[in-house]
Parts: sequence; structure tokens; C-alpha cells
Amino acid sequence: MMRTIDATGMEFTELNGLLRRTEGDIELQGCLGQRFIGAGMGNRKIRIHGIPGNALGAYLNGGELEVFGNAQDAVGDTMNAGTILVHGSIGDTAGYAMRGGKIYVRGNAGYRTGIHMKAYKEHLPVIIIGGRAGSFLGEYQAGGILVVLGLHTDGRPIVSNYPCTGMHGGKLFLRSDCRDLRFPKQVTARPASPEDLEEIGDYLEEYCALFGLDRSHILSSPFTVVTPDSANPYRQMYVAN
Amino acid sequence: MSGINFLFPEFEVVRNDDRCIRCRVCERQCANEVHFYDAARDRVFSDESKCVNCQRCVSLCPTRALKIVRSDCRLRENANWDSDTIREVYKQAESGGVLLSSMGNPKPLPVYWDKLLINASQVTNPSIDPLREPMETRVFLGKKPKTLERDGNGKLKTELTPQLELDIPVMFSAMSYGSISYNAHASLARAATALGTCYNTGEGGLHEDFYKYGPNTIVQVASGRFGVHEDFLQAGAAIEIKMGQGAKPGIGGHLPGAKVGPDVSRTRMIPEGSDAISPAPHHDIYSIEDLRQLVWSLKEATGHVKPVIVKVAAVHNIAAIASGIARSGADIIAIDGFRGGTGAAPTRIRDHVGIPIELALASVDARLREEGIRDRVSLVAGGSIRSSADVVKAVALGADACYIATAAVLALGCHLCRTCQSGKCNWGIATQRPDLAKRLNPDIGSQRLINLMTAWKREIMELMGGMGINSIEALRGNRLMLRGVGLNETELRILGVSHAGE
Repeated sequence: MMRTIDATGMEFTELNGLLRRTEGDIELQGCLGQRFIGAGMGNRKIRIHGIPGNALGAYLNGGELEVFGNAQDAVGDTMNAGTILVHGSIGDTAGYAMRGGKIYVRGNAGYRTGIHMKAYKEHLPVIIIGGRAGSFLGEYQAGGILVVLGLHTDGRPIVSNYPCTGMHGGKLFLRSDCRDLRFPKQVTARPASPEDLEEIGDYLEEYCALFGLDRSHILSSPFTVVTPDSANPYRQMYVAN
Repeated sequence: MSGINFLFPEFEVVRNDDRCIRCRVCERQCANEVHFYDAARDRVFSDESKCVNCQRCVSLCPTRALKIVRSDCRLRENANWDSDTIREVYKQAESGGVLLSSMGNPKPLPVYWDKLLINASQVTNPSIDPLREPMETRVFLGKKPKTLERDGNGKLKTELTPQLELDIPVMFSAMSYGSISYNAHASLARAATALGTCYNTGEGGLHEDFYKYGPNTIVQVASGRFGVHEDFLQAGAAIEIKMGQGAKPGIGGHLPGAKVGPDVSRTRMIPEGSDAISPAPHHDIYSIEDLRQLVWSLKEATGHVKPVIVKVAAVHNIAAIASGIARSGADIIAIDGFRGGTGAAPTRIRDHVGIPIELALASVDARLREEGIRDRVSLVAGGSIRSSADVVKAVALGADACYIATAAVLALGCHLCRTCQSGKCNWGIATQRPDLAKRLNPDIGSQRLINLMTAWKREIMELMGGMGINSIEALRGNRLMLRGVGLNETELRILGVSHAGE
């Protein structure tokens, strides 16, 4: 059973305290900028109407957060498991050091999406951005899968400057031929093969089903895949003293 | 590249052949492969170019046949171009590499602890004998309320924020599993538990075997967020956000993939062999307001039951920085001075960036008092605290507690050879090689740490008793108990102490 909480006028400590004390799934109405919703949470669902504040689902450890609107900065900071669905757009540093779970965003993302994203054994984090992403996409990416679909219609590039700076693991998929994009020296960008796309097929299917999109239409455009050349980019930099 | 090696070995291995019984212990013990046995001549020889002077062979030679001495073959150095400076130029000209060093700043910069002297009672205000009288060395770290309210029955009405309770005002500071070995962590965890204090995971996560020491563990969150997940955050007694480190302010950490074996990989939660890169900044923190967000996200994720520590390196504007941190919601500020140790730092950063902890601590304490916010946070001083006398002086300069790490690894057998970055620590501390790591027995290691801290506690009580003070909290910020020697007026003003004789 879904319980409804009206967040109108609540401070974040009050709201989050209430969420911690309330068992089961929750329908959250009237959300307006309250931070840290779902921080450290596991194995429950919160449906959020309105706009949650920064650090939505920080350290998330399971369950699902669904936002019917935009979310702000630091969505899924250091999350370990679970799913965050955002029907609107999100701010900066989404999925910072994320190790597992999924962040699916219908709209656009700000700076530094997927920074420090990792992967570990059965944990494979996935971020799919429907629109475009800001600068420093996948900075220091060490693992996981980042996908940007470029379904935005304002004519701006699919990603802003300096994608993949410091990347040393994982994979980045851009639904674009990336002709006008510059990548750093330590990564390789190439057209995605059918095998590459196979890797993200299930995620795309899930994403399209959730947001009512046509998967075959999305796959009809070329994708570029970016991978790092080395897991040890700084090996040769030092001399013992 | 040149074909000629300009670097004459720094040390000489002196072997007394009359004493040598060819047992070859030195050969087996040296991970740097200095010693080798020549069967044809039935003699042990050495390649001293590989020697780091860690003294492992000296300590284990059963007949004391070995000593390591500094080579007296010297470059033609002068007061400007000393030997180390010339050698560094040679190394960089040969390799093109950034110089990488370990442990704390070795330069002859002022150690203010040694220029501060402690008071004692004479005639008036009698001293206290700690053998006879109760002495309190327990401290509580965390935000303190302005006032306390009680109800009619005397029960406390004021809601207290979480506190970290320590039986001694000394904790073991952050050293990650990865930079030091499993057995070193086991020693620290067990000793902290026995002593009623805390050790610190560093930024490498918490090994599954050590969750049971949680009540005596500070878990660290750094920019790479290695091993940070809900269980890890819940496991610790406090959570530390690492913003900076005294040995390398302004730069990050970098554990080479070669040190990320199966166990380290599991603890950091990254693939084996992958570099573990902690960049200099937290890329989501560009302001005190952003720091506030990380502090509160950790509090929200853990239900507001654990104090949050923010650790920063002592740098030029440390007083203003600390004032901002005190307003961020952090419960404790840890300040790390420029002599703090490290498993690896670029030499130039280690030796030239940051300021002494004594000056940083005194100025932070004074600033927070001036602004009326000293009670919002506790202060922890580190980098480097070498003895109980340093602890007492730090407390008198305003510290609630101290962090030690170099002294702790010395207790475990470290000989300060300053080559941790090689991963070939012969004492089993700064290594992940199983054959080396097993040399450190955690039963012995933890006991040596307990011995050291027990001795310091006794000395702290003696020094307090001498001043007529029976509680460490009554010493905090009590600068009247200190006098400076050989310090100029600016130094005395910053430290807030009078000159000896005044």
C-alpha cells in the first residue's frame, strides 16, 4: 500500500525524519527543494511529485525513487544500488562515485554527470540521460555505463566540453557520430558496433518502456562508444625520491 | 639514458665477516634484494645501491654482523647546492618524472613544539600526584550546547548532539588499507578498541573483518569515495570527510593499480589492478555551502547519531577556513600540519606546501573564540605529534584531541626509511605483498601500540599533575601553561603565549 505524505512547508530534517519513521512505499506530494530525500535508503519506493532538492538518493542502497518533475544537483551521490527515475531534467554531478544501481533521466543533465563512476563485481552502475549532458561528462570515470541519447530538440550539442577527462574505466555511449566532439588523448572513441549496443540493449528497453519511447527509433541513429586506453593512466609520471 | 649513473649509493652496508655465520637471514629479509650469497666464495655480499636503510637486516642479524651507515662518498656540495638537491636534479634529468616521496617533511623547518615549555606548580596551587589522585584524560568530541537545561527531577532536558567519547585525547589518524597492510590495520583497530580511542580507515574503505571494531573506528569519505556505502557509514563511530592532508595540501591521492590486489579491490570496491584515483578536490564542493551539503547528507544517511569530522590541511588561511567549517554543521575539525606523514606525495608538495600545525591550531582556536563559535566544534590536531609532551602542548594551544600516525607506525616497527611508495616495506606495514605483510604480527603490533599509548597517558597525567590540573578539559586552550623560548614577537602573538621569563 502506498502511503501519502504532504511535504508542503516542511524542512528537510523534518521530512526525512518522517520518511525514516514511516514504513513501506510512499507517495510524496508538494515536494519543494527538500534535500537528501531517500539518503541511505534501501528496498522501498518513493514517488515524488514536485522538485526534490540536492543530493536526492545519496548513498542509495536499493529501492526506487521516481520524480515527476526535475531534480537538482548531486542526484544519486555515491549510490550503491537501487533505481532513480527522473521524468524531467537533473542538475550537476549526478551519480558522483556511483557504484551500482541505475539513474534514468528523461530530460537533460548538468555538469560532471557520472564523475568517478565505478564498477565492482556484480555492481554495474548505469546512467541514461535522454537529452543532453553538460561539460565534464564521465570525468574520472572508472567503471559502469553512461549513455546520453541526445533526444533534446534545442539544437545544442549532445555534450558540452571536456567529456571523459581522466577516464580510466567503464564505457560511455553517445547517440551521435561525435564528429564535432573532442576527447582527451587517453581514450578511444569509435562507432558503436552491434555487440557494443547489445551491451546496453536491456537498459534501453527498460528506459524506453518507462518513458514511453520507441526503442527502434532510438537505435536507428549511430552511436559512438568511448573507452579508456588504460586503467593506469598515471603510471609513468613519477620517480622515487 | 646517459648510460652513466650519477647517483652514488646513499648508504653503505658494513658487514663484519668475522661475525657473519652465512645464515642468509639478511638475504631472505630484504625485499629490496640488497644481500646475496656467493657459494663459490662462501660469502655474503651486498648491492648497496638498492639499500633504503630500513634496518630490517640489522635488527634480524643474529650475530650483529651488520650495520648500515651513511656513505661518506659525497658530492662536492655547498651551502646552496646540497647533496639532496643535486641528486634530485640528476633523478629528474634521467627520468623526466615528478619526484615522489614518503612520510613527513624532512626539511629543517621550525618545530614549534620544541620551542614551547610547559608550566608547573611551585609553592602556590599545589601540584597533584596522579598515582594518588584521580585524573581525567577522557574527552568528548563534538558540538557542545551553550546552556544545559534540566527538569524538576534533575534530568537533562537539553538534547545533546552526538559525541565521540575517548579515554585518551589521542587517536590514530587516517591510513588507508592499501597504503598500509591488513595486519597494520588489524593492529590499529585492536589497539584502539583496547585503549578506548579510535583509529581511522583512511579513504580506502573498511575491510569486512574489521566491522566488529566499528565503535572504535572513524570511517573516512574522500573525493574518490572508495568503499563508501551505507553499511560502511553505519559501521563507524564517526564519519570523517577528508578535504585535505598535511603532507600534500591541495592535491589528491593515487593508489597505483599494482597495489590493488584482490583484498584491497574488495575493500575499495573497485576492479583489481585499476588505479584508485582520489583527485584533489571533491568535485561537488566549491564552497562552504557545498561542504554543508556533504556534511548533512552523511548525517541524514546515518540518522544524525554520529559526529561528522571535516579534515583539512593547515594552509595559509586556515583560521577563516575553519570558521567556515564550524558553520557547515561539522561537529569536529581535524587540522593536519605540514609535517604530517604520507604513503606517497610529490616531494615538492610535501616539502613546500602548508604551514606548521602549532601556528594553525593556535590561530584557529583564537579565531573561533573571537567569533563565539568555539563550542560548535571540537578541534583535533595532527601532523606531527611525536610525544605526550606534544599532546599536552597541543591541548594547551586549543586542541580537544590529537591525531597520531607516524608515531603509531613507528610503534609497529617502521624505521622511517621513507620509501613507502615502493610497496616493499620490509616491516610489513606499507605493503600489500603477502610475504612481507605477514611479518607484522597483529598480536605484537597492537600490544606495542597499547604500550605506547599507556605510557603517553601516564606522562600526560604527570604533566597535568605538575601543573595542578586534574582534567585534560581544564587544560584545553589554557595558554598560561605555556611559555615560548627563542620565538619572535609575531610567533608568540600567533601562538598566544608569553616568552619564557615573562
